[in-house]
This record gives sequence, structure tokens and C-alpha cells, in this order.
Amino acid sequence: MKRVATVSVLLVASLALAACGGSSKSSSSKRVNLTLWAGWSAGTHELKAFKSLVDEYNAKQKKIHVKVVGDINDTKIVAAIRSGTAPDIVSSFNSYNVGNYCGTGAWIDLSPYLKKDHIDVNEFPPATRYYTQYGGKRCALPLLADTYGLYYNKTLFANAGIKRPPKTISELTADVKKLTQRSSDGTIQVAGLDPLIGFYENVPERWSTSFNVKWLKPGGTSSDIADDPGWRKLFEWQKSLVDWYGYGKLVRFQSGLGDEFSASQAFEKGKLAMNLDGEWRVAFIADEVPHLNYGTAPMPVDDAHPELYGSGYINGTIIGIPKGKKHNDEAWQVVKYLTTDPHFLAQFSNKIRNVPTTKAALRSSEIQPDPHFSTFLKIFSNPHSTTSPIMASGVAYTNFVQSFFTKWQGSNGQGLEGKLRSLAKELDAQVKQAGGGGSAVP
Amino acid sequence: MRLRPAADAGAVSVPASPALARRPGKRRAAWRRRRLVLLLMSPWIVGFTVFFGYPLVMSVYLSFTHYDLLSSPRWIGTANYRYLFHDDPQVWTAVKNTLWYIAVAVPLQVLFAFGIALMLARARRGVGIFRTIFYLPALAPPVAATLGFVYILNPATGPVNVLLGHLGVQGPLWFHDPHWSKPALVALTVWGVGNTMVIFLAAVLDVPRHLYESAELDGAGVFSRLRWVTLPSISPVILFAVVFNVIQGLQYFTQAYVAAGVAAGQASQAADVTAVNLGYPQDSTLFYPVLLYQHGFTDFQMGYASAMSVLLLVVSFAITLVIVLNSRRWVYQAAPR
Repeated sequence: MKRVATVSVLLVASLALAACGGSSKSSSSKRVNLTLWAGWSAGTHELKAFKSLVDEYNAKQKKIHVKVVGDINDTKIVAAIRSGTAPDIVSSFNSYNVGNYCGTGAWIDLSPYLKKDHIDVNEFPPATRYYTQYGGKRCALPLLADTYGLYYNKTLFANAGIKRPPKTISELTADVKKLTQRSSDGTIQVAGLDPLIGFYENVPERWSTSFNVKWLKPGGTSSDIADDPGWRKLFEWQKSLVDWYGYGKLVRFQSGLGDEFSASQAFEKGKLAMNLDGEWRVAFIADEVPHLNYGTAPMPVDDAHPELYGSGYINGTIIGIPKGKKHNDEAWQVVKYLTTDPHFLAQFSNKIRNVPTTKAALRSSEIQPDPHFSTFLKIFSNPHSTTSPIMASGVAYTNFVQSFFTKWQGSNGQGLEGKLRSLAKELDAQVKQAGGGGSAVP
Repeated sequence: MRLRPAADAGAVSVPASPALARRPGKRRAAWRRRRLVLLLMSPWIVGFTVFFGYPLVMSVYLSFTHYDLLSSPRWIGTANYRYLFHDDPQVWTAVKNTLWYIAVAVPLQVLFAFGIALMLARARRGVGIFRTIFYLPALAPPVAATLGFVYILNPATGPVNVLLGHLGVQGPLWFHDPHWSKPALVALTVWGVGNTMVIFLAAVLDVPRHLYESAELDGAGVFSRLRWVTLPSISPVILFAVVFNVIQGLQYFTQAYVAAGVAAGQASQAADVTAVNLGYPQDSTLFYPVLLYQHGFTDFQMGYASAMSVLLLVVSFAITLVIVLNSRRWVYQAAPR
């Protein structure tokens, strides 16, 4: 009888233990696992930094665990949403395509969540507010921004007797000519600046800010590219500089330069005295050529618009929640943290040197001061800084302008007006074909 | 005459003669044979329906819709075709590039494949080694082969231009010059002509010896034998090579896509870098399938891309038909045995 009692006690005890075990297991299983897709490439310091900060978030709380997957582009995002295999949270480098994501409902509207959590969208700077919505629907939020400015090699400047970076286009042109070095047969050894569109970060929209261009006619979606004097100045100035080098000579020089996202990048190698680039280059230089003697400055501007000096082009990474997922509330918690937490934004900005995208984070004392990087913080805050319009045809709109520009720069330079009239018509037809719609940057 | 018991006859009516009695059995056997044939063909039937028939029908339907891949297709009638024929400025560039490529690359492929096959058929020593050497490039994956060519033909640092520089000649800009980018791609195509070459070699070796001997007895020289014996004998293979390579030319994509992206370098941090640079330099490598891909998969206009693909199908069919009809005049058909 005593044995039976002992066995009974043991049985009850073991059941109690099992129940305890069960309860602790069920508590850990309540943690929601989410997957987040990001565009940063595997192996780069950028993806490593993002993962480490997301791990910090995972360690901070017990309700959500986020797994980050890198090397994602928009084609993969669209394919995954179509096939129902999209992750819980998705980010894209391509703010141009926000029209597709918001307009179709492929990324859910975040307005109800913002309202519920009393987040004021005015906390995000104007340009980032613009490229995270379409047609009044805010389906994305900014996850750090990119601004563009001028990188200049101080050693080459000193050798050429130039004391400060150029502020106007005419100063830029004069400096380019002073800084360019050629061998006896005319081959370019060092270029003052490579103005060819398509090279590294040289795309029309990033140069267009310097010329105060207007993309669209007032109050509509028709292209203003043929009538706006800023565009004509940009096309003519760029072509004249290309012709000064000699198109063939410049292409030959460019073909020998290293890949943009490698340690052989031409500015880092001293093959370019000046270069238009994004703020992230500060971190790349610190990582790859820490002893490079260089400076950063806003892009030079049209001589007729000196008030623009200090401004620049802005775009950036966007993040949202794909439709049809189970854990939207938890995904929102992560999106909210990644886009509004000043600590996260400041730390991520420090690590990859992208611009923080809330006013609070921009003022954060956690942002490590860096004279090279602070230039870009100022450009970002400049009231003249702007971005390109979000149109129904998405990234195809600016790609079309770029395609035109690459043909223009290799042409004989004749008949610009007629060519721009055709381009404007083609852009309008493209937008109409894509269903119509779009808006000018406020 | 004894009637078969009803149990044997089953539900089938009783035959009136032995000949009639065999008919149901025959029918059953024929049905079994058909069933077996259907069973054996079923993987193909399923594959054809799912991967060819259905996409083909859907492409035709989608070509009349606005379809951004993320929302449901919306019927817009012939708007895509109107944009294709009237408004898209890149289409005719792409058509011209594609026709240029076919007009230059296909004859060169046939010529080189035939020439190499002729030499290999005549070689007495080391045939196996030469055959392997000439065939080897066909085994290189297209992306790797294109990367290799872009590197070798780099205007500033590539070995070809460095060598030309030592000889006092300034080499062309190759993949960076709109006048040289397509010839460079043709060179890449001709370099990998091994598959066509093997088919030609088999055909040349298959020409009956006695025809050459008869021609020789009639006093035919090397060129006469080539013109009047070899070419007529292998003309069906020439027709095959022409049709096959024209269709390949109409679908030319991978090499153009890779070459443009790599030669242009980076213009954006995004992974859609190559979308910005498709056709580099100056749209000279913007072939029709490249433009179709751009509209469908980077611009997300699948309705319009479907209209482009329907046009490609119609044009491919028309060109093939013209070649095949025209071939009756020059392809030697052996008399039926």
C-alpha cells in the first residue's frame, strides 16, 4: 500500500512538472516569428549592421522575433506578393514604385495604424512623406533616406591650386578642366568629374535638382521637360562638358574604372577628382580607404539660381506590410520601431551613414558627428531639396528620361528642342498607357 | 447454329456471324491501344497544356488588358496594341536591333558551322581533339561566356585592345560603343557555334562517297563537288540551322541583358541596376525580348508585355513560314524509298 502511495505521489509530481514544462513551452511558442526582406546585399557592412540592430530589437522584447533576408529587389517582391509567399514585412530601395504598391493595395494602408498609435506623419520630413504614399494612401514609411552631394579629393584640389569646392555650374566646369589629367596621347588619366549619365550615381534626376527643373506642368501630369528652361540648361551643359572631354575618350576612361560598390571605386582610387554620390559613400570610404583626403559639399547649382546652393536630391528606402499576411499587428510593431524609434534610426544611420528619417532622430544626440556626413544632414534639411515625381508608370518614367539622356550625350548635339518635344509626348503616352496618374512633388 | 449463352454475351447483342463476333473484341483492343498511347503521352499532354497551351491563351487574353501583376487584369481593348504600334518609341529600335542581329548572326553561324564541319571532315589527324576544341565554347554557360567577352573586350584594360595597342592600333570601344556592341555580341554567338557545327559535321560525313567519286570521274573539282554534291545533300540541315537560329535570334536575351548591365557598371544601388541600363550603350543592345522583359518585369506592365509577346509569336511564325516555303526551291528532298 505504501508502494502504491509512493507511486501515486511520483505520478502526480511528474504530471505537475510536465504541466509546468508545457506551460513554459506554450509561453515561448506565443512569440511570433516574422520575416523581413531588405535590399542590402549579403556580405556588405550595410546588411550586417541592419541585422545586428534587428537582433537588438529581438533581444529587447519577447513577443516578436524578426528574421532578415537581404538581396531583395522589386521583381522578387512583386513575384512573392503574387504567389502569396511574401514575407511579413518588406522593404524596397525603389521609392519610385510606391505607386504600384499603394495604388494596387499590394502593401496595406498604414494610416489606421498610424492613427491608432498617434503617430504624426509630419514627424517625417516632406520629401520622405511624398515618396511613401500614392493617391492619398500611405502604404509605406521611410527607413532612412539617401541624399546626394559632391565628393572632392582635397589632395588633387590642392595640386590644382583650387581652394574650395565649386558652388556654381560655371565654377564646376572650370574646376573640372583644371583637375583633369591626360597623357601625351590625350588619354584621360584622372577626370575632374565624369558627367556621363549612367555612370555610378549619375542619373538625370540627381543632376536635375541643381538646375531647378520642373518635371510636370502646373496642376497636371503632363511632362514639362520640353518647356522648362532648367532641363534645357542641364542637357546643354552636360553635353558641352562631354564634348570637351571627347565622348569616346570619356567612355574609354570610364570602361577602365572599378565597380561602384567595390574597393576599386574610382573616387576612392583617386581616378576622379570630384564625384556625385550618396551619403553612404562616407561609410564605404571609412571602411575601404580611411586615409583618403577628401571633402563633401552640396552639388554646385545653376549660376542663375544661387539660392539653390545647399540643396540636393532625396530618395530612400521604403518599408511596408504586404497584403494577405496573418500577423499585421506584430508586423506594424516592427515597422513602427524601425521607422520611428530614434535610437534605432540614429544607430543605423551611424553604421551605414544613411540619413535618419524622423525629425527626432535627426536631432538625436546618439548621431555620431562626422564632418563628411554632416554635409548630407544639412542637404536633407534644406527646404529646396526635393525628389522626383511618383507617376503611374513607376520607375519607367525616370528610366525613359535616362534612356533619352544616354542617346543625347553620344549624339551630335543638334535639334535638342525637337527631341525634347518628342520625349515629352512619349512620357505622357507612357503614363497614359500605365493607367494615368501621378503628382508633382509638393 | 448454336447461340452463345446469354451470360457469355453479356450486354452486347449476339453476333449473327463469326466476323461480327470479332468486332467488339477488336474495338476493345483498339480502345486499349488508344488508352495506352494516351497514358504514355500524358506527361507531354499535361506539360503542353499547363506550360504552353494555357500560358499562350492567357497571354493573348492579357494582351487586351491593363495588368500590373498586383491587381486583377482590367479589359482595355486594343489600347496595348495601339501603344505598341504608334506610341512606344523603343519598340522600333528593338525591332531594328533584332532584325540586324538575325541578318548578320544567322548567316555567319551557318557559314562558320559549315566551314568548321568541312575542315573537321577532311582532317586526318587529331579529329577528336579539334572537334572537342570547336565544340567546347557551346558548353560555356551564356552568362559566364558573356562576362568573359565583356572582360576580354574591355576598351581600356581588355587583352584584345591591349594587344592592339602594342601593334599601334587603337581598339574599338566594343560593348561601350553603339556601333560595336552588336558586332561584339555576334562574335560571342559565332564563338559558341559548336552545336550547329556538330549537326553540320554529321550531315557532311553522311554524304554518300559514291556521289563524290562519280563527280570526280566527271571531272568535277573541289568547288564543283562542294556546290553540286555536298550542298544539295546537306541542304535539309542548312534549312534546319537557318530556321533554328532565326528563332533563337528572335528570342535573343541573356547575352544582351548581361553585356549591357556589366558594361554600363552601376547607376543605382538597387538590384534593378541592369533595368536602368538595359540596351546600353544608347539602346544599341535593346533587343525585342529585352524590351519585353523590361516592360513585364521591371515596369510591371504585364498586359503590354503580353501584347509584345503575341506580336513576337506572330512574327516568328510568319518568318519561319516564309523560310520554309522558300526552301522548296533550294532544299534537296530525297525520293521516297
